[in-house]
Amino acid sequence: MVVRLKSRNCVLRAWQLVAVVCLVMYASFALAVTSDQTVKPMPVVASFSVLGDMVAEIGGDFVQLTNIIGLGGDAHAFEPTPEHVRALAQAKVLVVNGLDFEAWLPRLVAAANFKGLQIVASQGIEPRQLDSDSTHFDHGHSHAATEKPAGPHAGLHAGEVDPHAWQSLTNGMTYARNIAAGLSKADPANAATYAARAERYIEEMKKLDIQVRHALGQIPPEKRKVVVPHDSLGYFGREYGIELIPIAGISSQAETSARNVAAIIDQIRKVGGAAVFLEGTANPKLAEQIARETGATVGGTLYADTLGEPDQPAGTYLGMFKWNAGQLIYALSPTR
Amino acid sequence: MSWALEYLWSPFIDYGFMRRGLAGTLALAFAAGPLGVFLVLRRMSLMGDAMAHAILPGVAVGFLTAGLSIGAMTVGGMITGIVVAMLAGLVARLTPLREDASFASFYLISLGLGVLLVSLRGSNMDLIHVLFGTVLGLDDAALLLVTASATVTLPALALIYRPLVLECLDPSFLRAERGKGSLVHMLFLLLLVMTLVSGFQVLGTLMVVGIMMLPATAARFWARTAGRQMVLAAVLGSVSGYVGLLISFYIDAPASSAIILSAGCVYVFSLLAGPYGGLFQAARQAYARRRRLTQTLTP
Repeated sequence: MVVRLKSRNCVLRAWQLVAVVCLVMYASFALAVTSDQTVKPMPVVASFSVLGDMVAEIGGDFVQLTNIIGLGGDAHAFEPTPEHVRALAQAKVLVVNGLDFEAWLPRLVAAANFKGLQIVASQGIEPRQLDSDSTHFDHGHSHAATEKPAGPHAGLHAGEVDPHAWQSLTNGMTYARNIAAGLSKADPANAATYAARAERYIEEMKKLDIQVRHALGQIPPEKRKVVVPHDSLGYFGREYGIELIPIAGISSQAETSARNVAAIIDQIRKVGGAAVFLEGTANPKLAEQIARETGATVGGTLYADTLGEPDQPAGTYLGMFKWNAGQLIYALSPTR
Repeated sequence: MSWALEYLWSPFIDYGFMRRGLAGTLALAFAAGPLGVFLVLRRMSLMGDAMAHAILPGVAVGFLTAGLSIGAMTVGGMITGIVVAMLAGLVARLTPLREDASFASFYLISLGLGVLLVSLRGSNMDLIHVLFGTVLGLDDAALLLVTASATVTLPALALIYRPLVLECLDPSFLRAERGKGSLVHMLFLLLLVMTLVSGFQVLGTLMVVGIMMLPATAARFWARTAGRQMVLAAVLGSVSGYVGLLISFYIDAPASSAIILSAGCVYVFSLLAGPYGGLFQAARQAYARRRRLTQTLTP
């Protein structure tokens, strides 16, 4: 009786073993098939919408993209949520702007225990120094202002650079190259695709660059003056020779002083015909007041730190650039 | 002499935004100062701060539905402010919880709700602008709102002045005399909410409490009666607004914080030099008393 039971047990065991082996074989076979047929996209996290759009252009279907700062958000005043930490923990690649733009990022990276590849998109561009003469209203500037070294250069805002480097297409091309190189490093199998897509993207940027330069060439250089809510389009101005007068400093959070507003009004009164622009994330009241007082034209809304909604003209990086350039050129055109 | 006048007036003559800022601040100071005096009398000096936070969810709802529109944000702020004030008053009357404690609880709930609502849009950017208004960027609608609210507040305060003082100092007497204590109190809260909501257009929700409380506490050191304190609070608030705007114009400081800090300087000065309970006065009295004592003890 006992023996018989045992033998039956043995038989049962044997069957179980066969079943398990079959299952494992089937599972591994199935896995092999799926990994052959549909490639799982590489999870990539971009710090804000402009970089996200570039990654999407270059990576295409091979990347699964998450933007940390969504549309309409302001990168200067941002608080990450647990969802961001989860996305970052699962990501293979993190694309950041650099130049101290994402002050909140190191903590987030540490919290998520991110071990993947970090691409600094702005690497290799020529940073725009913030000179203390024209833009010294950076009280709320959260990046470097609080940790200034007390050395001989402390009074000169040494090391403070404008992070909004994507506002120049020349820099945009560098961004695209950096992103493509980083993606290829993390996913060598698709390196050729990334390179090709980046090349096509850069071609588009070059075309737009020529268009903008041509259109701005029609406007006399002394007329190229506009007022913007905060100092975020500096690279655009440097690239195309437009003098931008920022109401607030580099951060959108700083409150400006009466003296600064009066200085801007004086400047516009002297030149005449300058345009005042609004910005997607900033309070329009001050800009409207300046326009009211000087009779300057109120231009449209410019996009600086974020893209517009996907279905709008400024929903992509190139779209945003085209939109900003179009608004500026339209407001400055002498025929109006 | 004319040089000094030039220095003091020319910014307001040359620039429209300075005139608008001054007009808005003056209207706000005239309404907020007297209200602040009553808050000090009622020992609820921190209630202004609580109410300023309590209006946030209404402002947020207004902002989410209509963008940066003054009308929607004002109506929303008024509604939540009044609801919080009513609920806190009810709880204070029906339960053993004191009014300040129930105010604290309701304003915290309200503030949490407000931050949640603002963040729902994925951006906390505009919250900053709501909390710190733009005194230099007042448009017609904001100016009208502030001046209209001040125009309503001052006569209304004059009407309920006597029962309100009674209600602050001796509520049981007013009840014994069958006065409408709670009605007067509610009317006062309504005026308070209205002034705060209109004030956040000018200075922002946090700063408006400063222009309400600092002149009122400063006036306490210069005048004995509530009436004189109210007049003085309005005047001190206006002077702080004017000086703050000038400071912002000449030494390049953010405008609303310059205004509040000028009011703060007025307060500190009053604290030291005020004839009623100021520190110098108290020291002098103590010294005189000791001298009298020593003279009587050692003939």
